[in-house]
Amino acid sequence: MASGSTAGTDDDYEALISTTDVELLKRVWRNEKAAPEILRFETALIQRTRGQIQLMEETIEEFSSSGIDPLTVSLYQMDLDRTQYLLRSYLRTRLQKIGKYMFHISNNPEVQNRLSEQEKGFAKRCTEDMERHLEESVLSKLPDNYRDILKQSIISEENDMVPEPQLDTFVVCKSRRFLGPFQLDGSDELLEMKPDDLCIIHYKSIKERVQEGEIDLV
Amino acid sequence: MAGQSDPNLSLFSAEEVEFIAEDEMVEIVPNLRMDALNFICGDFGPFFPQMATQVPLWLAVALKKRGKCTIRPPLWMSVEKLTQVLEAERDSQRVFEQLPFHYVEISRLLFDHARDDIPDVYMVRSLVEDIRDVRFHKVETNLETLNERALALKINNLSAMEVNIVRPFIGRALQAFYKHDSPELIPDQERISDRRPQVANNAARRHLRR
Repeated sequence: MASGSTAGTDDDYEALISTTDVELLKRVWRNEKAAPEILRFETALIQRTRGQIQLMEETIEEFSSSGIDPLTVSLYQMDLDRTQYLLRSYLRTRLQKIGKYMFHISNNPEVQNRLSEQEKGFAKRCTEDMERHLEESVLSKLPDNYRDILKQSIISEENDMVPEPQLDTFVVCKSRRFLGPFQLDGSDELLEMKPDDLCIIHYKSIKERVQEGEIDLV
Repeated sequence: MAGQSDPNLSLFSAEEVEFIAEDEMVEIVPNLRMDALNFICGDFGPFFPQMATQVPLWLAVALKKRGKCTIRPPLWMSVEKLTQVLEAERDSQRVFEQLPFHYVEISRLLFDHARDDIPDVYMVRSLVEDIRDVRFHKVETNLETLNERALALKINNLSAMEVNIVRPFIGRALQAFYKHDSPELIPDQERISDRRPQVANNAARRHLRR
């Protein structure tokens, strides 16, 4: 995928056929780690990966009880460990983001819909606990006008105490295909990308393309 | 600090970059007979003594550690090829030679675990180190020329490790230029609800500058 040779990357069909779930998972993991905001949960992919991990766990158990040579078993175990690491790191990165932006997420249905069902539950519990905590430790002791959890004071028109992901950050990305000239956010600059072009770029300008899988973050 | 994203959240550790590189394919020559391995990450083998086959680097290293194979260093890892690359790197101030995206990690893993499989390993190692140094120096000098607001910067042929090292700095520098060069874009509570005049403003100003 990321080797110096560029052969094959522009052939979508070919790529689709030869891409394993692990490769896909690696890609979404990297995107998730590098993106400032939380991305759409990859429900189908994660479900498939979970299934494969479970299957592999059973296989390894079977192997070790049926006297297959220990070297083979240990190699299978390594493969399993690597996949599990990817999955865990992916989920953890998301939990970290949820913890950080919980109020932003709970106030924003579009963002909330990017979460899995379990993540939604987690975000809800987080928000409730944090609200209770802030309420008990600080807000209840402040004058009435300053008691809102989302606003600095009641004269604020917007929720100005909600940490939000910084979409103005710059990320490093690699294009997966040829992208004709497209406009960069808030300017008249145009950018063209060839497959495998590496670029440091304003995240907001490419965020849809990351979600669509046209551009990978690295 | 307000308005600054937490770099820890989005950065890859050196170990993670190495982890990514371990999926790159290398050629090994096994010295054992072993059935095909049907991994989650793909199928490899079957393995026969003296029959070269392609496996991911992590598998190659695992087998090598147990003395079950020799690793064939990739083509670019020869004294001849690396000398060419080094010369070309020195000749050009701006352009980076094409090396595998993970050349730093791959060479490091092979030097650590398969030294005896690399011909002229000392020479190869010092060449790779020289290339790294020259490239880093070039990255640094090129950074000095970074002096205006840009929304995108092409950094073709920079390798994974190089990207990872310069990312926090370049990212923040560009972010700072972005903010300071466009005062109307600084999130200002009074103005945030009213975007239109800002856009008009911005366009006019950019025009003036040219």
